[in-house]
Amino acid sequence: MLWSLYANVLVQGVLTGLVYGLMALGLSVIFGVVRVVNFAHGEFAVVGMYAAFILFRSFGIDPFLSMLPIALAFFVIGYGLQRTLINPFVSRPEHEQFILLVGVAIILVNGTLMIFGPDARSANLPYSFDSWDIGPVIVDKVRVYAAIAALAVSGLLFAFFRFTDTGVAIRACADNLTGAAVVGLDVKKLYALTFGLGLACVGAAGALMVTLTDATPMIAPAYTLLAFTIVIIGGMGSMTGAIVGGLLIGVAEALASVLIAPSMKTMASFGLLVLVLALRPQGLLGKRA
Amino acid sequence: MTQSTRLSRRTVMVGAAAAFAAPAIVKAQGQTLKIGSLLPRSGFFAQAGQSMHRGALAAPELLAQLGYRVEIVHIDTESNADVARTQAERAINEGCHVLTGAFDSGHTLAIAQVTEQRQIPFVVNVAAAPQITEQGYKFLVRNFQTGGQLVTNGLRLIKDVMDAKSIKFDKAVFLHANDTFGTAQRNAMDAIWPRVGLPIELVDKIAYDPRAQDLSVEVTRIRSLNPDLVMCVTRASDAIKMVRDMVRQRFQPKAIISPGSPGFYDEEFYQALGPLADFVMFGLPWANPKATMTQAFERAFVKANPNNRFAVDSFNAGFTFEGLLIAADAFKRAGTTSGPQLMEAVRATNITDHVMIGGPITFDAKGQNPNIGSALVQNIRRTATVVLPKDVALAEPVLPLPAWQGRS
Repeated sequence: MLWSLYANVLVQGVLTGLVYGLMALGLSVIFGVVRVVNFAHGEFAVVGMYAAFILFRSFGIDPFLSMLPIALAFFVIGYGLQRTLINPFVSRPEHEQFILLVGVAIILVNGTLMIFGPDARSANLPYSFDSWDIGPVIVDKVRVYAAIAALAVSGLLFAFFRFTDTGVAIRACADNLTGAAVVGLDVKKLYALTFGLGLACVGAAGALMVTLTDATPMIAPAYTLLAFTIVIIGGMGSMTGAIVGGLLIGVAEALASVLIAPSMKTMASFGLLVLVLALRPQGLLGKRA
Repeated sequence: MTQSTRLSRRTVMVGAAAAFAAPAIVKAQGQTLKIGSLLPRSGFFAQAGQSMHRGALAAPELLAQLGYRVEIVHIDTESNADVARTQAERAINEGCHVLTGAFDSGHTLAIAQVTEQRQIPFVVNVAAAPQITEQGYKFLVRNFQTGGQLVTNGLRLIKDVMDAKSIKFDKAVFLHANDTFGTAQRNAMDAIWPRVGLPIELVDKIAYDPRAQDLSVEVTRIRSLNPDLVMCVTRASDAIKMVRDMVRQRFQPKAIISPGSPGFYDEEFYQALGPLADFVMFGLPWANPKATMTQAFERAFVKANPNNRFAVDSFNAGFTFEGLLIAADAFKRAGTTSGPQLMEAVRATNITDHVMIGGPITFDAKGQNPNIGSALVQNIRRTATVVLPKDVALAEPVLPLPAWQGRS
């Protein structure tokens, strides 16, 4: 009986962790290239949740489908935001970048609060409450779909950076900004593309999250903190690290809630963070500065 | 026939007293009581704060019909104790004669320090922390149950429904948020459970983080214990997560009952879960659906808030209205807006015709209303419906909990 409890909990942790990983991936991509920490990351994820909620409620579009147009819209928003608002701050001190993005975060939280109010909004899919029995393990259908979608989006992003010229150029910017500029790469444009890709990941993750939990404006800062924890554990700027960090957090939280107490699961993720910072400050898969 | 025109000493005294009192009463009749309604209309508690605010919006019309003249100043405490304190100062500086509020116990205590210092009456409408009426505040009264009373009455109602439906629960699990309210309820449960003598084995008490993305692990743990009864202290968003994960994991207890917490009667709970929101129960102080004052308040509520259901807001809105009623009634009797005299009148309150279930609104020496009753309320067709006590019930309780499957 006890092992089936652990098996159930472990499966839930892995599936949730993959979605966490996708959400953190956007933050890691942006930081890895542009070297700007997006302090409005969780807030954008919540906007993605609301976008999926509206498309589902108004047009009946399943969030697993609407994540594509949402990701596209977020890409455009990210591209525009980088070109207009963030680019002037790229070379400025970090505290100025921090204030700018916290300002964006506050606008997003209060904007969603004004439009949608404080109540939690959920997309009740026809299969929201379905699950599969695999031996003694009960697996939620939506959680499996969300995890598969998160893996697919992450795979696409990895392929883009590895196999396309633009992806390689963006990696060149991340590795050696001066060198990239010297060989004639349009750094500003590549930065904007990267920010757009980062936000596209967040938008897609938001659309997936709304299938698992409810959208509410006040949850945004918690998502920002969660993404930061994952990225620091995985390694700032490491895409694989973001996925690994997400999985670790998902599993650690799930196991802690059984082994210690459910109310201690947040403590488990922060415990892991402290441990990583103490033993490997660059993160599990991060490069030493 | 001659008529004696001789005045007795007593008549002269009465006349003199009336002459002295008359200007005050006349002044009161000409004056309007300015009440500051401090509520968390934004931030973490916004959902409940907005619900209470709708009660405050509905109150003036009914109070006017009852012959009270009040002006309500609506103030947002932003779910922040510091903001609550500064807004209380500001409200008093801007001429509020009485303050009401404030939903959260921490905010309430912050406001109480201000009203005590400024000698302005503070009528607490919702806030359960026992210390609110244990710290000797002279300018505070509370028209709400303490955390201990909420749990005691909630557990008593579990016993009542077991008797009414001849149903037996062998094992129970208590699930609660680890926030201020949830922890206070847990402490009350620890103290009260052994005393109430319910014939149920409490197999586990599980605290969860209300910021958690879901409660799947918590539900997995509960499921592994296989209790008949799940008792919970949640907010609406957690209650949604809990029920959702129970359905996904096909965990079917005989009953889900909250012994004194919000969550199950919020519109977002009904919206998110649809038919799955039905048949859960909660024991809380509730609006008396059979009282004429409740019915009058419901009409005023619907007029002021045409897009909201009274059944959903009746707990928050009802207590908000009663807080304002207490202040208005005291003003009418005191005939003055002077803080100390108004407070004397507040303490002498005795309102028999009111909204919430229970005896007349009165206050003991500590400023606590000891007469507030609780009801067992069950969601039936997505409407919070009083099912116990029988004298105020609108329907029979439905137990055991009908199967999740096949409800939609």
